[in-house]
Amino acid sequence: MKRFLLPLGLFIALVVFLGVGLGLNPREVPSPFIDKPAPAFQLAQLHAPDQTISPQDMLGKVWLLNVFASWCVSCRVEHPVFMDLARQNVVPIVGLNYKDKRDAGIAWLNQFGNPYSVSAFDSDGRIGIDYGVYGVPETFVIDKLGVIRMKHIGPVSPEALTDKILPLIKELNRV
Amino acid sequence: MIPELGNFSLMLALCLALVQGTLPIAGSFRGNERWMALARPTATGQFVFASIALACLIYSFINNDFSVLNVASNSNSTLPVYYRFAASWGSHEGSLLLWTWMLVMWTFAVSLFSRQLPDETIARVLGVMGLVTVGFLTFMLFTSNPFDRLLPAAADGRDLNPLLQDFGMIIHPPLLYMGYVGFSVAFSFAIAALIGGKLDAAWARWSRPWTLVAWMFLTLGIFMGSFWAYYELGWGGWWFWDAVENASFMPWLVGTALIHSLAVTEKRGSFKNWTVLLAIVTFSLSLLGTFLVRSGVLTSVHAFATDPERGLFILIFLVIVIGGSLTLYAWRAPKVGLGGRFSAFSRESMLLVNNVLLLAAAGTVLLGTMYPLFLDALNLGKISVGPPYFEAVFVPLMIPVLLLMALGPFVRWKDSSVSDLLRRLRLIALGTLLFAVAAALLFAPSPMVVVGVTLSAWILLATASHLLQRLRLAPAGTPLSRRITSQPRSYWGMLVAHAGIAVFVIGVTLVKGMETSNEVSMRVGDTTSAGGYTFLLTKLEEIKGPNYVAEQGTFEVTYGDTKIATMRPQKRLYKVQNMPMTEAAIHRRFTRDLYVSMGEAGNDGAWIVRVQHKPFISWIWAGCLIMAFGGGLAASDRRYRMASRKREQLAKQPASGTEPVNATL
Repeated sequence: MKRFLLPLGLFIALVVFLGVGLGLNPREVPSPFIDKPAPAFQLAQLHAPDQTISPQDMLGKVWLLNVFASWCVSCRVEHPVFMDLARQNVVPIVGLNYKDKRDAGIAWLNQFGNPYSVSAFDSDGRIGIDYGVYGVPETFVIDKLGVIRMKHIGPVSPEALTDKILPLIKELNRV
Repeated sequence: MIPELGNFSLMLALCLALVQGTLPIAGSFRGNERWMALARPTATGQFVFASIALACLIYSFINNDFSVLNVASNSNSTLPVYYRFAASWGSHEGSLLLWTWMLVMWTFAVSLFSRQLPDETIARVLGVMGLVTVGFLTFMLFTSNPFDRLLPAAADGRDLNPLLQDFGMIIHPPLLYMGYVGFSVAFSFAIAALIGGKLDAAWARWSRPWTLVAWMFLTLGIFMGSFWAYYELGWGGWWFWDAVENASFMPWLVGTALIHSLAVTEKRGSFKNWTVLLAIVTFSLSLLGTFLVRSGVLTSVHAFATDPERGLFILIFLVIVIGGSLTLYAWRAPKVGLGGRFSAFSRESMLLVNNVLLLAAAGTVLLGTMYPLFLDALNLGKISVGPPYFEAVFVPLMIPVLLLMALGPFVRWKDSSVSDLLRRLRLIALGTLLFAVAAALLFAPSPMVVVGVTLSAWILLATASHLLQRLRLAPAGTPLSRRITSQPRSYWGMLVAHAGIAVFVIGVTLVKGMETSNEVSMRVGDTTSAGGYTFLLTKLEEIKGPNYVAEQGTFEVTYGDTKIATMRPQKRLYKVQNMPMTEAAIHRRFTRDLYVSMGEAGNDGAWIVRVQHKPFISWIWAGCLIMAFGGGLAASDRRYRMASRKREQLAKQPASGTEPVNATL
């Protein structure tokens, strides 16, 4: 009798794991960049090619780095979330226009709105590599000392913003 | 109006499925013939209504009815009509309707081709299928209705994912689902047999042709998916051990074991418990695949947009169907008995080893697929399991399978002698050994290639030799054509399928062991090479398609001084979703493919180009097609049709196999 119960036992174990798995997000991969200093760069700004932007410029502020591109479909999904956030004026958002053409990037922002206080232009994606970008959009929360505190892969949903990102920003601002 | 009609049809189908899943089964225990007689007409009714629903969805897609959410999300007015047709199953909701329609179609087919079955059996079999249908229709109507309206209607649709805009989309899902769902028949027969407590040779005989047909479709479906990924994804791979590929491969492995196990149960009455378990596990793995694709617990290129509510629903459904079946199994199987005995060296023991190895292989695939989830659930970190794991554990299990596969047919039922086997196989063994030496000299640096081609040669030689020995058995003077036609189709099916495996293995080992590739940045006028072929980029131009624009490169391919081909790969940008796609150019020949794909555009007119030389890759596809053909041959064996006619003549006599079941209990 016992051996005939074996398949059922294995199945129950599998179900327990599947049940737990439903509550997990397999896409949420811990980034090795967490709690490391944000990699340095000095890039031309998207709208003003003769001026540059660097993480150094943001020292002393908690800020968001959002990787976007005009060819990226999911970026459109999260875009309204950032437009809202920019209107609330709680945190500066820096854009990283990734592997894009300058006029395409600018046209995209003109069309959908520009939530960024400033955008860096990373045409060949070299800075993206430094930041371990493998899916666009990606969003980094960087603290006052220039340390990456959180990385969000894929479009930021309103829930992710209110449940995770905003509380973290509040906490970091308190320090 | 049309979408509401479809919706209404689904509701009616659900009502009929509820009737079919309850009254006939209850009737089979109470001896109520009227209740049992409901099984067939309800199957017909469900088929009619599910067909109407599917037709309504297809109509909505073809006519660009963007007031249907599903159409607005997965189609577009610029999409060519054949892709609008295929987009009907491009989404989670639509594919679920296709799944259910096929389930209902299989049920209908069983109700048509089962005149010879006793009333109780057919009532239970169709009843079980009805219960499965209830689950799927409820799931669809309550969480994933393909006919949900979008009001006000969208001006245009968001388009079908460009990856899916391909001929493969038209036939790959239907073939695959035919296979998945087809195993529901063997499953229902097994459950019906467990409920009734009667597991005999007749049960195995009824299940066999259905299982073979399902297996054939699943083989074709997996083949089509692999073939499609090869030419469409643009990286030249054909199998990635992706979670969803694995989800289709596991039922295939266990289904293969089931086919062999059913043969033993039918011919010798042995393995009954085991066969029932395999029938349950095969269909359970098909359902598990459905769960994995739609619940979002694993990452995969195939995953549909996910929703935890749906995941929970399917999980509950799995618990009811699989958990219920396995409980029934644990309860009833101990009473089934063991059936005919056999010695340690017999066809039965060989097939048992084959079964265990195939099941172990499926188990390793399951473990690798679920491992990231296990670790994540236990909070032990996030990992992904890639091809190296699967190759490391899968290949060693397959080597004995391939070795034994050639031997199996030579070994006699019940009891066989090793010396007899050696006598019949010594020439083949010698031939294979010589071949191995030749292969080792030819492919010296690659031991895996030597092993692979040698195993294939072993299977092909042994299979051919078995055929010759069998043809020689006929009385002297029988003409060759008579000797050939007198062999049953199931025998031919086995030979063909085994030969298909050999061809497949040749393809896999030669591609894996000998392919070469080159990835370079090229401008017009540059050359690169792979496998001795030279690729000259002569032109770059812009091409306009119906719903995309493309950059197209023209490559002149030469081998030495001989001109081989002109190849034109494209990098497309699909306008609606603004999504780039790689359209590789492939030049196919019997012994190799040339594969050119365009990567990213660099600065000032340079493109990253990947050229690949893939020896014998077509043999992989050919092997799959040969295997599927073998399955079809076996399923069409006269025996299955003959037996049904004979049983009709014998009317009320208890059904049993034509071969004597050895009752040494």
